[in-house]
Amino acid sequence: MAERMGFFTDTSVCIGCKACEVACKEWNQLPDDGFVFEATSYDNTGMLGASTWRHVAFIEQSRPVRVEGDEGSVDRWLMSSDVCKHCTHAACLDVCPTGALFRTEFDTVVVQSDICNGCGYCVPACPYGVIDRREGDGRAWKCTMCYDRQLGGLEPACAKACPTDSIQFGPLDELRERAEERVARLRADGHEEARLYGESPSDGVGGAGAFFLLLDEPEVYGLPPDPVVTTRDLPAMWRWAGAAALSMAGAVALAFLRGGALPNHQASVRGGTR
Amino acid sequence: MRTEGAAVPEAEAGFRSYYGKPVIKPPVWHEPHMPTYLYLGGMSGVSSSMAVMARLTGNHRLARTARLAAAAGAAVGAALLAAELGRPERFLNMLRVFKPTSPMSVGSWILAAQSGLSAAAASADLTGGLLPAAGGAPLLAAAGDAALLATGLTGPLTATYTAVLVADTAVPAWHEAYRELPFLFAGSAMAAAGAVAMLATPRAQAAPARAVAALGAAVETAAGTVMERRLGMVGRPYREGRAGRLMGTARMLTAGGGLLAAVAGRSRVLTALSGLALTAGSLCTRFGVLEAGRASAADPAYTIVPQRERLSAAS
Repeated sequence: MAERMGFFTDTSVCIGCKACEVACKEWNQLPDDGFVFEATSYDNTGMLGASTWRHVAFIEQSRPVRVEGDEGSVDRWLMSSDVCKHCTHAACLDVCPTGALFRTEFDTVVVQSDICNGCGYCVPACPYGVIDRREGDGRAWKCTMCYDRQLGGLEPACAKACPTDSIQFGPLDELRERAEERVARLRADGHEEARLYGESPSDGVGGAGAFFLLLDEPEVYGLPPDPVVTTRDLPAMWRWAGAAALSMAGAVALAFLRGGALPNHQASVRGGTR
Repeated sequence: MRTEGAAVPEAEAGFRSYYGKPVIKPPVWHEPHMPTYLYLGGMSGVSSSMAVMARLTGNHRLARTARLAAAAGAAVGAALLAAELGRPERFLNMLRVFKPTSPMSVGSWILAAQSGLSAAAASADLTGGLLPAAGGAPLLAAAGDAALLATGLTGPLTATYTAVLVADTAVPAWHEAYRELPFLFAGSAMAAAGAVAMLATPRAQAAPARAVAALGAAVETAAGTVMERRLGMVGRPYREGRAGRLMGTARMLTAGGGLLAAVAGRSRVLTALSGLALTAGSLCTRFGVLEAGRASAADPAYTIVPQRERLSAAS
């Protein structure tokens, strides 16, 4: 097993150039997104999907500030390149019934397109809305963290193309240390709102293999504030279903014993009295 | 922040989002395949339980109806599931592995067992009836009865695993309902199977089917009521919009059909009305649950607000 590899996306230096989106499409030969005008700032891909494995979000904000006694407001433009989180506890991988989704030697989560039968279960299972089924193709697709490039000792295409090092690729432990330093420095510089997202192994998905430095609440970027892998509750779900199955069998038995335990010849004479 | 696309205005709900866009992806399962399968799977499962009990209590006419309904429901249901896949020709990949973490993998094995066993039980009964003088008839009947007994196990699982299937997702209206959904589905399945059996069995022998139908309607109504009450805000998709109309219609049809089943006795008209109402009610429940899941995935409020509340409760 190789070291666990990951992405650290530092949105404080993202300039919204979308080089990551383009490099991802080029390398992975992804279809276009439909050329839709979203009317959401400079975002024209909307959200991650079957053919959008990096998505740059654009958020235009106006915040009240007080400078030397003067009330005013300052505009800021948040940009963030979203990607599959490659969760420690990955719901998509847990629920995949065919084994098409698997965990690689880099601890990333990848779909084997020659196995996937397009059941679509991974799609609503993902707490981040990352993976999707591609229309016309029928299979589920998502970021592979450029599994093929990693096997060749190369960094993923998005990280390679990022001109500001907003997307950093490397061993996850190293990235976490680097991120802690970065967020501490930003806070010391007065950016109190800087925070890490997905870096903690104690969160609902056991920590993300791709984590972020954000400058606002996660939901502002379209990220869930407290994602939890759905399979955490699976044992409880089966217990409730088991109770329902037993109750159902018991109720049916009751209906027969109370309602018509009559041999056929008798039933035809006396009728099914209850 | 703008709020286009969000049914719940952000200011009113007190949450923020990315242009009102959903956080999670809606289920890709479509109509009529998926909800019809939920109906047929439930109907098949409970029909198996009824067939077992009918066989044990000597109600052979009802046992035959239930055997046939179980086999037909499982077979058509499996075909619908295959058609639902993005790559139907890879249907058998479902049996490539057994994954306890995937309710769909577990369910595929349950359904494979249920459809195989119920088909064996039904065909043994049919061929036994058609060829009473055949030499191997007792052997065939014994094999059919063994298969039937085994469906006593796979039947209840077939009728309830689908609740785990939908609950084991990030869809708030499904996941948060994981306690009640199995009972809702079990009740709906009992109503559906009871309805089919009362419609397709001579009324003199159908008394247990009427009892199953009435009990099922009561369970479904109770579970649905408890579910919507306990879910609170996350349960809104079950009450509003298209899903709300489907669930409301289901509630009326099921309650009405259940009451009719309880009093129908040997009346032809009441039996027909009750059976049709319960069948329609069970179908409406399944279509309504799918639609409610879609609605709760499409509105970011249902994802973000409960998670925010969880975070503020923890801090």
